[in-house]
Amino acid sequence: MHVIVCIKQTPDTAARVDVKDGHVTWGDAALVVNPWDEYAIEEAIRLKEKHGGKVTAISMGPESAKEALKTCLAMGCDEAILLSDPAFKGSDATATASVLAAAIGKLGTADMAIVGKQAIDGDTGLTAIAVAALLGWSPLTFVSKIAELDPAARSLQVERLQEEGKQVCAARLPAVLSVVKDINEPRYPSFMGIRKAAKAVIPQWAAADLGMDPATVGAAGSTVKWPAIYPPPALEANVEMLDGTPEEIASKLADRLMANKVI
Amino acid sequence: MANIWVYIDQFKGAALAASWEALGAAKKLAGELGGGTVTALVFGQSVAGAAAEAFTYGADAATVCDDATLADFRVRPYAALVVKLYREAAVKPDVILGPATARGRDALGMAAVLLKTSAMADGTAVAVKDGAVQVTHPAYAGRLLSTLESKAKPQVITLRPRAFARPEPVAGASGPAANATPALTEDEIHTKVIGYAIDEGKVSLADAKIIVSGGRGVGGPDGFAPVRELAQTLGAAVGASRAAVDAGWIPYAFQVGQTGRTVSPDLYVAAGISGAIQHQAGMRTAKTIVAINKDAEAPIFKLARYGIVGDLFKILPALNAEFKKRLGK
Repeated sequence: MHVIVCIKQTPDTAARVDVKDGHVTWGDAALVVNPWDEYAIEEAIRLKEKHGGKVTAISMGPESAKEALKTCLAMGCDEAILLSDPAFKGSDATATASVLAAAIGKLGTADMAIVGKQAIDGDTGLTAIAVAALLGWSPLTFVSKIAELDPAARSLQVERLQEEGKQVCAARLPAVLSVVKDINEPRYPSFMGIRKAAKAVIPQWAAADLGMDPATVGAAGSTVKWPAIYPPPALEANVEMLDGTPEEIASKLADRLMANKVI
Repeated sequence: MANIWVYIDQFKGAALAASWEALGAAKKLAGELGGGTVTALVFGQSVAGAAAEAFTYGADAATVCDDATLADFRVRPYAALVVKLYREAAVKPDVILGPATARGRDALGMAAVLLKTSAMADGTAVAVKDGAVQVTHPAYAGRLLSTLESKAKPQVITLRPRAFARPEPVAGASGPAANATPALTEDEIHTKVIGYAIDEGKVSLADAKIIVSGGRGVGGPDGFAPVRELAQTLGAAVGASRAAVDAGWIPYAFQVGQTGRTVSPDLYVAAGISGAIQHQAGMRTAKTIVAINKDAEAPIFKLARYGIVGDLFKILPALNAEFKKRLGK
């Protein structure tokens, strides 16, 4: 099995994000592996441990994203490649997916690609479905369990979360999976892993290395633009504190919720 | 003039409320764009009822594909059908819109790629500015809002459930329904649905009008009992904070927050939840928030409309008794 994990570097979830001069800022908060992607990395490593083969982590992003790729190596991925080119800037979900799909195509031997459910910065959740559409691979989103996998028979069976509960489905390899949190418990990087990752040289592929015309990627190759980004209007503190005995409080709350037709 | 197609998300023939919210948003958008036809796309098996219902929620027309290959949602045949209909349409839609449910996001997300564009996902507002459609999309877990525009035709948009009002149904409303044939045969679909593990009898978090959530303050798996009892009385869904899920007290499917579900109920009762920024990300758009916490300084009180400083094990049972009485249960 050759599994590709597509990851993104994002600010930490506790970061205080803001906008200055039209650009998103996050102060001195750490840049981390997108938390959803940790489940993708863990699942890929578990597949390798069970079925053999290797795991390649790829990420489209700036030079700094090499740090996130090093975290992937430290956790147990075998190799990592940064997809970086000034021409990639301003890519919408489909343009981003086209870069990832081109890299997966160049790697050639992959059986599966795994991504997190969404990135905590853009929050679009479109990557898996777009990569699957571009590669023509089986699309399997919101996967909460890989129940069966038979690399020789090129088949797998997964459980997918949807509104009503879980859908169990069988599909063929190659497949693109997006995974949700209850699929596993991501491991911490080992001491040996961190040492190995620190020394790793991470190759960098630009548009030309992927055989891509710069006009088809980045802002030039994207149909969706985001002309504005801004913090939402601050919520005004508007709390009414209810006190008394529990019974008195319950009565006061019921009065208010029913008067306002909330209940 | 703008013609809009609305993807109606259904499960076993029953449309999700978010589909009608999307239909309502489409009608409003069509009006702002100078009028036009709003057509419901109803795909599945035994979906005549859902198609008829679409008219009562304001659809001007419907395109129905009722076929065994569409009985279970699989993204490829659904997305391929949207694309086939688009290519075949004499009058092409300017906008294709749908609910940002698991199925809606996937079907329209893939259709957008196949139509050489990109979906504008999970919108919480739609407006027209200088003739162009603008979608408001919460990014960074709602800590920022971005304005999205698409220069492509069609513009493909999914809308967050419960972010738009559900239109009042008009009984007896009807309109023209066209039948469509599937884009793919069963042999061309390589994914097979084997079955479902459905959470029977539970109110789904995504659709819930009321949610009662427990956090670290419930103290253990048994601590969810008073949370569940109040939820039952109110006809509410049960939610949880990440702290409670990570502690193993309740499964992940119940988690509300940045790495769980994003919800916008009419009423959100947070019991024993301090209100970390990651939890706020998942519930700050609730219309009315009630916070119950021992710590008067907990950040949740900054979001809440009603605050109760106290022991949830005393407050929740008192609330349950009071609402049972008031609701005649």
